[in-house]
Amino acid sequence: MTTVTLTVNGKAVSGAAEDRTLLVHFLRDHLGLTGTHVGCDTSQCGACVVHIDGQAVKSCTVLVGQANGANVTTIEGIAKGDELHPMQAAFRDNHGLQCGYCTPGMIMTSIDIVNRHGGSLDEATVRQELEGNICRCTGYHNIVKSVLDAAARMNVAQAAE
Amino acid sequence: MYATTYHRPASVEEAAALFAKGTESKYLAGGHTLLPVMKQRLAAPSDVIDIARIPGLAGIEASGDTLTIKAATTYYNIMRNAQVQKAVPALVHLTSVLGDPAVRYRGTIGGSIANNDPAADYPAAVLALNASIKTNKRTIAADDFFKGLFTTALEDGEIITAISFPVPAKAGYAKFRHPASRFALTGVFVAKTRSGDVRVAATGASQDGVMRVPHFEQALTANWSPSALDGIQVSADGMMADIHGSAAYRANLVKVMAQRAVEAAG
Amino acid sequence: MGMEGIGASVARKEDKRFITGKGRYTDDIRPHGMTYASFVRSPHAHAKVASIDTSEAMKMPGVVAVLTGQELVDDKIGNLICGWMVHSKDGSAMKMGAWPAMAPEIVRFVGQAVAVVIAESRNGARDAAEKVEVAYEELPAVPDIRAAIADGAPQLHPEAPGNIVYDWALGDEAATNAAFAKAANVVEIELTNNRLVPNAMEPRSAVASYDEAEEHFTLYTTSQNPHVARLVLSAFYNIAPENKLRVIAPDVGGGFGSKIFIYPEEMVALWASKKVNRPVKWTADRTEAFLTDAHGRDHLSKAEMAFDKDNKMIGLRVKTHANFGAYMSLFSSSVPTYLYATLLSGQYNIPNIYAEVIGIYTNTTPVDAYRGAGRPEASFLLERLVETAARKLKLDPTELRRKNFITSFPHQTPVIMAYDTGDFHASLDAALKAIDYAGFAARKEASQKAGKLRGIGLSCYIEACGIAPSKAVGSLGAGVGLWESAEVRVNPVGTIEVLTGSHSHGQGHETTFAQVVADRLGIPLDQVSIVHGDTDKVQFGMGTYGSRSAAVGISAIVKALEKVEAKAKKIVSHQLEASEDDIVIENGNFKVAGTDKVMALANVALAAYTAHNLPPGMEPGLKEGAFYDPTNFTFPAGAYICEVEVDPGTGKTEFVNFVAADDFGRLINPMIVEGQVHGGLAQGIGQALLEGAVYDENGQLVTASFMDYAMPRAEDLPSFKLSHTTTLCPGNPLGVKGCGEAGAIGASAAVINAITNAIGHEKIEMPATPARVWNAIHGNA
Repeated sequence: MTTVTLTVNGKAVSGAAEDRTLLVHFLRDHLGLTGTHVGCDTSQCGACVVHIDGQAVKSCTVLVGQANGANVTTIEGIAKGDELHPMQAAFRDNHGLQCGYCTPGMIMTSIDIVNRHGGSLDEATVRQELEGNICRCTGYHNIVKSVLDAAARMNVAQAAE
Repeated sequence: MYATTYHRPASVEEAAALFAKGTESKYLAGGHTLLPVMKQRLAAPSDVIDIARIPGLAGIEASGDTLTIKAATTYYNIMRNAQVQKAVPALVHLTSVLGDPAVRYRGTIGGSIANNDPAADYPAAVLALNASIKTNKRTIAADDFFKGLFTTALEDGEIITAISFPVPAKAGYAKFRHPASRFALTGVFVAKTRSGDVRVAATGASQDGVMRVPHFEQALTANWSPSALDGIQVSADGMMADIHGSAAYRANLVKVMAQRAVEAAG
Repeated sequence: MGMEGIGASVARKEDKRFITGKGRYTDDIRPHGMTYASFVRSPHAHAKVASIDTSEAMKMPGVVAVLTGQELVDDKIGNLICGWMVHSKDGSAMKMGAWPAMAPEIVRFVGQAVAVVIAESRNGARDAAEKVEVAYEELPAVPDIRAAIADGAPQLHPEAPGNIVYDWALGDEAATNAAFAKAANVVEIELTNNRLVPNAMEPRSAVASYDEAEEHFTLYTTSQNPHVARLVLSAFYNIAPENKLRVIAPDVGGGFGSKIFIYPEEMVALWASKKVNRPVKWTADRTEAFLTDAHGRDHLSKAEMAFDKDNKMIGLRVKTHANFGAYMSLFSSSVPTYLYATLLSGQYNIPNIYAEVIGIYTNTTPVDAYRGAGRPEASFLLERLVETAARKLKLDPTELRRKNFITSFPHQTPVIMAYDTGDFHASLDAALKAIDYAGFAARKEASQKAGKLRGIGLSCYIEACGIAPSKAVGSLGAGVGLWESAEVRVNPVGTIEVLTGSHSHGQGHETTFAQVVADRLGIPLDQVSIVHGDTDKVQFGMGTYGSRSAAVGISAIVKALEKVEAKAKKIVSHQLEASEDDIVIENGNFKVAGTDKVMALANVALAAYTAHNLPPGMEPGLKEGAFYDPTNFTFPAGAYICEVEVDPGTGKTEFVNFVAADDFGRLINPMIVEGQVHGGLAQGIGQALLEGAVYDENGQLVTASFMDYAMPRAEDLPSFKLSHTTTLCPGNPLGVKGCGEAGAIGASAAVINAITNAIGHEKIEMPATPARVWNAIHGNA
């Protein structure tokens, strides 16, 4: 067993789990944060993406021990109360989701994309950057649209700050 | 995943000592090679020793003719590093087409090389650039390091600490992605040293893992241009074959990707 | 039409929970005291189960039980069923072998369950499952159609000699042969329709619990049709009577057909929850999904088309072998027959068609409906054949199609279907314009100069949606009716709940269904809630598949609404002392036309529930139900055109452009409709370029993870240019047709037609991987 202490969505949490526990299962089973999903066994689909210390990573490929002491943000932690994160709002407004299963990972990845690229995003770049996130419903068309729309919103928001 | 014991040592020495204690220990850096294999229950290490945060094991240094990338440096940090971009831009390109953004945040160059997956990208760069691999015990030349599929010259418990690349005059990498796994169906790294020697390494193609392509090297030494390879046929003997590409197709890709790598190198 | 009514691209009501991580999928559910199930699965494609030793597994920490197939038999749990009877040409019933949920004697595909471990933790169950010792005696396996029908092939089921389930035919053979005898030209084609794995992103899952005191089961599961699941689990598998079994399909992460069927794992989870008297959860990992979710497609076909001297189509002959895998899945028998051969007339006036379909057992995962189910196979075959014919007859492919389009409706094809309406010229015109067909030659030349091979390909598809009517499908062998039910409940304060038997697993019903209600009553969308997916709430329903929810599910809602409105008008008429005929509904108010007399919906509802002043004899309340049984299928149709560039050095295909012009009748929410088309196109393109399930000669699935099975990624696909033409469906109240499968039905032929056009070589199988295209270009095929 390993005992870990980490910050999840701004709150300090600790817990004991088998050493083989993956971060995604710790989040889902121990913390009840079931917004983060598992869609494959091979670290490819990205349904499990969360932010660790500000970087979008696959929580299915991180042992909970590796995350000890880290600052983790999940899909449940990005809205400010009732105010959606601009990426969440853009996915809704552009119909960037259908069944919703890949969506949390898509949103967490997409926030990271905009964080890294800022205003220089174009369609081709977004498609390349979504390499590690698989969606079976949307054909990606409206996901790409959502990310570009959110990038514009996030840049405006940043400029205003 | 089978039960295992996780350790996070503070130094290379402590890591090596922990490794020796376990019945079947494995080092873990980014974990993006080891953990997927463990999740599939294809590996069952007794002990997993996390070396990602050992002080001094990550970082990039450039001095004169040498670019040194420490083993636990992540792909992401390599990709955005100005010194790498200046010294070997082809390495930045290679890293940018490796895995996906989430993988690049976690995966490390040392992990990739120690694993020596026959379809991994970094082995091609290490071999073509004639890099040397530094470990906690010694320095190993690239030509002596890769020993076939998933096999290297590393001894049990030996830890890669850094990879030193001689800065080339020109270098380029061209990759053709496997449609499913997105590893290299074939990737070719070409490099021309400042003294004019050419080295070409191909990954994803050979049944023996990363390989040099001597007849390409000779042709490109004589004439550094894609057309120098026009008349050369690559033999399909010894090439991998699977549902995504026959041996003949991979042999073709070795040539086409080499030509595109030369073109990219300029 | 209001801002939120029919025709408005309203943002989805259900999205908030999904974008905030508050969706509730089956695996998110954790009842108190829950255990985990892990199945012991066959590593062999065909073997006798000699013995099973569970003793070591039972000693593992946290193990609650280890159960085997024999115990299912002992408990009289039924075998899995196929719910659609198909008869062979000779009149004999299809020949089926038994499919037990866990095999007690013989395993017939890799991944078939033989035992299950129930344990305190997910990892513990898996650890123990590896300790179950199964002694197998391997038998020779048949991994594909050709092996199954070869002389002396190993036999899967004694009930099905020659591994043949049925040898079925549709159409007039003699008349078709006569047409071929007088043909000026005959064009032939042979092709494979590649086997696909649906891969909804949410793996299948089941959480079963048993209430000992009430003798009552509850099953949360990943289902597209929870009521059908309950019916089958009750009536055929003997789990419990229907009134003692509640099935809930909560948020479901995509289905594409694969979650229609009632699989062994859900059944075993239910049964085991009573055995161990604790809740049992099972969730597939991705490799289990590859091994056990019903696969799709997998046809080998030969087709030939006869033309007269004016290039009019006069006959079509098709012979198809369809792979069913090792067992007959729930609706599998209907897919290559009534959902396939009936669409072989396409958009064309073909007077004579004869189709033969031979259904085959192989030692592979069972095959059943996957997005489009039969119709993509028909459309691919026909549109490849027509494009090939145009090239052989030296005609522009648009010209050959236009010459043969059906232009008058209704049109009776020789293969059952009676098309009610359509305008095939209009959709082709729209697509040609969108892609600038006229400018293609110049673009091809420019590509050539840049060392690339450019090609353009068309696909003019038609499909049949809203599978119906019940009497017709019953006469064709269906074991169920294919109507839909709805209940509209107006609450005393005027808010509305609509209970529907349709199920939403990505389609956005909570929004579109509410839009229909909001539109008719002129009330805000927020005032309407859609309830679905729970057998305790909704009385009955047939679920969602075959693009049926708008055409059938919404039609049932409209019928129920009509009843609600009629009753409301009676109340208003009574209270305002006006004639019912003078009452109109506007903006949530019931108005007496030509007067200022008005009653808000909320007041009508309140009057209905207080029942202080109702017309004599009227029952209190304002709630009505309806069952809707359509009179015909609906026939969405359209034209897709794809333009590609092929890199001759690598064989890689890049999209330059992809346009789609669809006729879905009336659109309720165009944004959602377009999303459905995007997703369908991605799956059709995936089939054409990337996806294919591959078995080796021993029946091992080579493509059992995303490492080997190429799923379409964002970078593999283009942005799509969509447009719509409209002919309203005359068969249902709103004139809707269905849009869920069109993309998957029409896209693959367009892609392959474009690639073959680019490389000047007709023979290329799907998926047209870079390696295959390179082989074709360089003559290494």
